[in-house]
Amino acid sequence: MNTIIGFIQNIPLDLILIQTVNGIVTGMILALVASGLTLIFGIMDVVNFAHGELFMLGAYVGVVVFAMTGNFWIALILSTMIVAILGAAMQILTLRPLIGRDPLTTILATFGISLILQNYVLWQFGPVARKISEPITTHFNLFYLEYPWYRLVIAGLSAALIGLFWVFLKQSKFGVWIRATTQDRVMAQAMGIPVPWVYTGVFAIGAALAAASGVLFAPMAGVTHTMGLDWVLKAFIVVVVGGMGSLGGSIAAAIFISLLEAYAAIWVSPAQAVIVSFIVLILTLLFRPTGLFVPTPK
Amino acid sequence: MTTAPLEKPTSIAKPRLSHNAIFWIGFCVVMALLIVAPLVLPVFWRRFLTEVLIWGLLAMSSDLLIGYTGMVSFGHSAFFGLGMYGAAAALLLFSPPSLWLAIGFGLAGAAAAALFVAYFSTRLRDIYFAITTLIFSQIFYVIIFTWTPVTGGENGLIFTRPHLTIPFLYDARFTNATMHWFVLAVVTASYLILRRVTRSPFGMVLQSIRENEARTRAIGYPVERYKIVAVMLSGLFAGLAGVLYAIQNEFAAPDFVYFITSGDTVIFNVMGGIGTLVGPIVGAGFFQLIRELLSRLFGDQFPYLIPLGVIFIVMIIFLPQGLLGFARRWLNR
Amino acid sequence: MSATTPSPEPLVQVDGLHTYYGKSHILHGVSLQVGRGEVVGLIGRNGVGKSTTLKTIMGLVNARQGEIKLEGSLITHEAPHRLARRGIGYVPEDRRIFRLLTVMENLRTGFDRKGVTEERKKALLDKVFAYFPVLAERRDQAGGTLSGGEQQMLAIARAMMLEPKIILLDEPTEGLMPRMVSQIHQIIDALHKEGVAILLVEQNVPLTLEASQRIYIMEKGMVRHHCATSEITIDDPLIKQYLGV
Repeated sequence: MNTIIGFIQNIPLDLILIQTVNGIVTGMILALVASGLTLIFGIMDVVNFAHGELFMLGAYVGVVVFAMTGNFWIALILSTMIVAILGAAMQILTLRPLIGRDPLTTILATFGISLILQNYVLWQFGPVARKISEPITTHFNLFYLEYPWYRLVIAGLSAALIGLFWVFLKQSKFGVWIRATTQDRVMAQAMGIPVPWVYTGVFAIGAALAAASGVLFAPMAGVTHTMGLDWVLKAFIVVVVGGMGSLGGSIAAAIFISLLEAYAAIWVSPAQAVIVSFIVLILTLLFRPTGLFVPTPK
Repeated sequence: MTTAPLEKPTSIAKPRLSHNAIFWIGFCVVMALLIVAPLVLPVFWRRFLTEVLIWGLLAMSSDLLIGYTGMVSFGHSAFFGLGMYGAAAALLLFSPPSLWLAIGFGLAGAAAAALFVAYFSTRLRDIYFAITTLIFSQIFYVIIFTWTPVTGGENGLIFTRPHLTIPFLYDARFTNATMHWFVLAVVTASYLILRRVTRSPFGMVLQSIRENEARTRAIGYPVERYKIVAVMLSGLFAGLAGVLYAIQNEFAAPDFVYFITSGDTVIFNVMGGIGTLVGPIVGAGFFQLIRELLSRLFGDQFPYLIPLGVIFIVMIIFLPQGLLGFARRWLNR
Repeated sequence: MSATTPSPEPLVQVDGLHTYYGKSHILHGVSLQVGRGEVVGLIGRNGVGKSTTLKTIMGLVNARQGEIKLEGSLITHEAPHRLARRGIGYVPEDRRIFRLLTVMENLRTGFDRKGVTEERKKALLDKVFAYFPVLAERRDQAGGTLSGGEQQMLAIARAMMLEPKIILLDEPTEGLMPRMVSQIHQIIDALHKEGVAILLVEQNVPLTLEASQRIYIMEKGMVRHHCATSEITIDDPLIKQYLGV
């Protein structure tokens, strides 16, 4: 009993608060990445193994545009648009021919794409990490730390992007098309909705979300050809824990897992803190396999 | 026996080889070639062939799941890796290093991993299964990578090759040739065992699960249990491949546990032809061959995975039956 | 067994259609025609291929053999969404409205097309709400919360938003109360007055005979008889032969 009290007394409150902020920031980016994944899966039934590479590609395109223009925001916007177009091209070339076939084939095809993208980037840019400098370099005082404003901006922007996307889905014409296609692909066609193009559009949007996350995240860490792998794995965990196909669930799961990992990082190394997400996954699979943040199906 | 006087004489049937006969003839021919290989090939290609066999075994084990049960697994790197590290453990802990202990430990390690993965993943269908196997193989990777005191962490483990010992008969160091023959023997035995399994009633149930899981369950088969056994069998042979790799190369590294290895395995499967057992071995060979070719033509730094990735995708779209399937159709014309 | 001659260039012409579901040969060479603004009935027992004929015309099912023409141009393997935009509306057997979308959103899927001005959209909505006042009341409700009859109306209204030249109506009165059945009859008449052609598949023979100008009788995937509705009554032995129990 005493050891527990001692343990609790020793928890540094300020560290916890700092890690809470960190957790939320990472969580929001993770939520943005996972949203794209959930979107593509929920609507097209495609597990996009190349999603992490789209994230990485976004960051690299951002690096290139930033080097040319010196402006972070232009890099963000251009990168998002360019990767969206690339995503559309990917879908048209490799996924459209596979519509109607075993869902296994799309997993394999997107896996193949991820290999190509990763190696291409490695070939062109080399293994040394690239950097994009932060657009906002001011800090504020969070306890004894000088906490960068930029991180809060990232969290805010990610939330804004997700929110924008949600509104788009509910209100806009294309959003109605997407929702109609998800519910009844056949009748959507009978109503004149060009379903093959809806799929392409959805994939492009998912790619755009991933690319935006990549550029936003880039100043926080280096841009390397493997950055996609770590994020995609976590994104998949988030999607499974949040309930596959549930946008709200993914967002909640993303923040939940990131917070837990941030807290764990107080005591163990970041490489080991990753195990937290694995544990959450295992527990979810054991007790609520449909998703932690999804109401249990009756 | 006398035939009735007015019966027509039975016509003489045209001599035709049964499928079985064709198989065994082909099998013997291939075996003969593979046995003779180390005696005629230059050193590099000898090792190349041996490695292709090992990767082929790994791919074959994965085919049991993908091709016969219809479950795509990205977890084979974990089974392979644990087989490798298990063998490493046996070779480092016991002196003199024993071949059969290495195999035993390796298989045990792989079996444990397979049981763990099977327990959690088999309750999920298709896509979820694939993702969770991927995640689990990463879990093993992280554990091996960070648990440096036990696993050597980033640097892996180095050890010496054990002697090739056949109890009471033989005890000597491996030569290139005997190594090759040993691997060949193990892979061939595995192939024959797996072939037997896929043709057995158990194998039939697996294929029925692949065709229509709901119906199989409705008929009354405990589908989850079959799946778990399938994963374990698959894991065992994958682990065996890991043991062979460890013995051949005398090191164990965490890179092999990274899910890319699983990805490569799936590529071998698709390229060679899923559901054929032999196909994956052909696929592994094809992949390594092209890789070698590209590196000779364009140099070591050339990202061989880019053209291979493109070939892979093109094959998925246009040649879903893989090389073997294509060859079969071509031969049947 | 005389037949009225349809107008020289029929709106929709189907010739020798053969359709398969996997290995099952469902349509064995179906041929029929629908003229501009005509209401044509397609009747027959369950399972003879009436719905399949509509689905094949709409491109939802692939025809292995045969031709389908819309205003003279070949549309046999055209994609469904293009056919919808070219003026073929489809109201399926089980209504299949978008249950999670509101009534308004369901209707939107029909008029969110290129070249439709805001005024035309408003005019279309007003027209449809005049036909189906109940839909106006429930415009912000989710489709799945409507009753069976209301869903049928929504399904027809949704097709009307396409401003179609022809509507393929598959068993609209199935499962509806008699009061609603007569409402459907009125809607078909109103559409006919507007010049919209209708290919009506129905089990309700009296309704079909009253609402259509011509009928086709199908059996076992083929058209067996075809005549003007003025030449046949409900007691006709042919009706008993192909539709009787």
